[in-house]
Amino acid sequence: MKTSLLRIQAIVIKELLQLSRDKMTFGMVIMIPLVQLLLFAFAINTNVRDIPVGVVDHSQTSLSRVLQQTVSATGIVSFTHSYHSVQSAQKAIDNSEVRAVLIIPQDVSQRLVRHPSVGFGLPPSSKQETSRPIAQWLVDGSDTVIAGAIKGLRNMPLAELLDKPANRSTPTFEVTLLYNPEQRSVVNIVPGLVAVILTMTMIMFTSAAIVREQERGNMEMLITTPLASIELMIGKIFPYIFIGVIQVSIILGLGYWLFNVPFNGGLAQLALATLLFICASLVLGLVISTIAKSQLQSMQMTVFILLPSILLSGFMFPYEGMPLPAQYIAEALPATHFIRLIRGVVLRDVAVVEMSFDMLWLIAFTCFGLLVAALRFKKTLD
Amino acid sequence: MSTDFHSTEHDEFAINAEKLCKNFGALTAVSSLDLKVEKQTIYGFLGPNGSGKTTAIRLLTGLLKPTSGQVNVLGCHLPQEANKLRLKIGYMTQKFSLYDDLTVKENLQFISRIYGLTANEQKSRLSELLSTHQLTQQSQQLAGSMSGGQKQRLALAAAVIHKPKLLFLDEPTSAVDPQNRREFWEQLFDLCDQGTTILVSTHYMDEAERCHKLAILENGIKRADDSPQALMNNMTTQVVEISANNLRHIKDNLIKLPQVISAAQLGTHLRVLVNKNESQPIALLQQQPCLKPSDKLAIVRPSLEDVFVSCTGQGVA
Repeated sequence: MKTSLLRIQAIVIKELLQLSRDKMTFGMVIMIPLVQLLLFAFAINTNVRDIPVGVVDHSQTSLSRVLQQTVSATGIVSFTHSYHSVQSAQKAIDNSEVRAVLIIPQDVSQRLVRHPSVGFGLPPSSKQETSRPIAQWLVDGSDTVIAGAIKGLRNMPLAELLDKPANRSTPTFEVTLLYNPEQRSVVNIVPGLVAVILTMTMIMFTSAAIVREQERGNMEMLITTPLASIELMIGKIFPYIFIGVIQVSIILGLGYWLFNVPFNGGLAQLALATLLFICASLVLGLVISTIAKSQLQSMQMTVFILLPSILLSGFMFPYEGMPLPAQYIAEALPATHFIRLIRGVVLRDVAVVEMSFDMLWLIAFTCFGLLVAALRFKKTLD
Repeated sequence: MSTDFHSTEHDEFAINAEKLCKNFGALTAVSSLDLKVEKQTIYGFLGPNGSGKTTAIRLLTGLLKPTSGQVNVLGCHLPQEANKLRLKIGYMTQKFSLYDDLTVKENLQFISRIYGLTANEQKSRLSELLSTHQLTQQSQQLAGSMSGGQKQRLALAAAVIHKPKLLFLDEPTSAVDPQNRREFWEQLFDLCDQGTTILVSTHYMDEAERCHKLAILENGIKRADDSPQALMNNMTTQVVEISANNLRHIKDNLIKLPQVISAAQLGTHLRVLVNKNESQPIALLQQQPCLKPSDKLAIVRPSLEDVFVSCTGQGVA
């Protein structure tokens, strides 16, 4: 037992020495979380603002101009172009000059006074006249996020157009937004980013670890020594646990200082969730490295795991919105469980044990993976 | 252990293998190898590339499981007791297999930890090894930046760090100049003198000649084994050296004779191996029309290369 620990220690020291000489890898440990946090936190924004749109104003009245100003005051769109005909406006959408066009009809003022939300008494008897919207949006609907933002304008209040006091109707539901009342995307993204970056670096480093020993011929020497495969595996992944912890600190620290991401949970809970996930990722990397024949292959397999970890784990799109088969795949990925855990801990101050399913799943994944890796790694050559 | 009949039986031999076979699919890498290596000797495997030297060594170190046959190395039955054997043997691989991005000292420290040396043992053993193998000055140098000879000395130092009883060297001097090779063999004789049994594979004749005993391998089959001297004495062929002008032409003609096993040019001479059953080899060759009466023929002492050629019927790579 003592000699076994000594052998694991020997591998750990060796890995750390090699890592300290490998300037590129060492730099990546710091730079990957730093750059990606700045990049993603600024870039990923689901609250769309200032969509470039055009206008076709058939009415050319002061009312139509006030209407444009009221719409652009919402901040969702900004009028950059004006077109004379619907045809030329549609062409502009085809050419991606604008994402949508507001078409204001000639009779916009008549439509407006008859509009129920304006509230000029009871509507006339003819239903047809009451139900007409005052203007029309032509939208490039291919991007659902942008289309959704403009669809949100459908029931824009119009009272202020006519200098009337706002006649807000009582909403059907009262909605209270917990944990992220200002609805900033960055609050949801930064904790998720921890999972993506850890998946990337942890799997990448360890999946190359064993393959590298084989490629450089060191394995031939190692297998003649009393070193057991499980000792080699543990010694190999141990230094990367620290690296993972450093990366998590960078991401959450910067998220807190730069982007005001609240940190509601306890540090111990965070450490527990993170360690569970780091171990699961490292073990997954080890399994890959026992399958891959070269470092290139191990890299390809890492990407194979990384993409679903970004797209299916709930980092980018809500888990609940995915079809059932995709949910099954997501359940198999450690990143999915970790994203639930870390969002719970960081944003909602939930203890890890209260999310026991995700916690146990990560533990089971780690144990099973270590077993598979140790069995797959053959000490003899045949 | 001495009460155990089997281990006492093997006591005088460091390696005792019987009918050892290893197949890789349809390919037979080692075929029915019988091997007895006495303790405290240097035993050589001589053979061309692909003759099964490395496979044989891997079978004897327990890295490969034999397809059939019995192996006993240092009293350990293989493959069952391979893990126990690992602490007693040292293995120097054909290719440099230590870490290029660690220094000499760090490499040796790593290996000594793997073998479970305590901190004190480690310190004294390391300084001892560094001076024996003339690496003290290079101890802070990265292994990757060293010359072939220095790397080889480091590899040997790493292989003997735990004072193994038995040392396997797989073509240890293939990347080393003759001067370094000489010094390397001096180290091997020192180790042997201190009680280590050494098994070395090579395809260099001069290196093979230094071994106490030698096995000639070809296509996984052992063609002969004995001391180099005995091998030369007991050759089944005799060597005739011909001095003449037209050696390429003479060679092409003589090789057609059934009694001639092989003919090879060495500078201004032609060495012809003739079957020992032929009682008058000089007379036989002189009769050939391709030779002029003025050409000089003489029976000469065989070299190890002649032994090798007569055993395998071909030259060495």
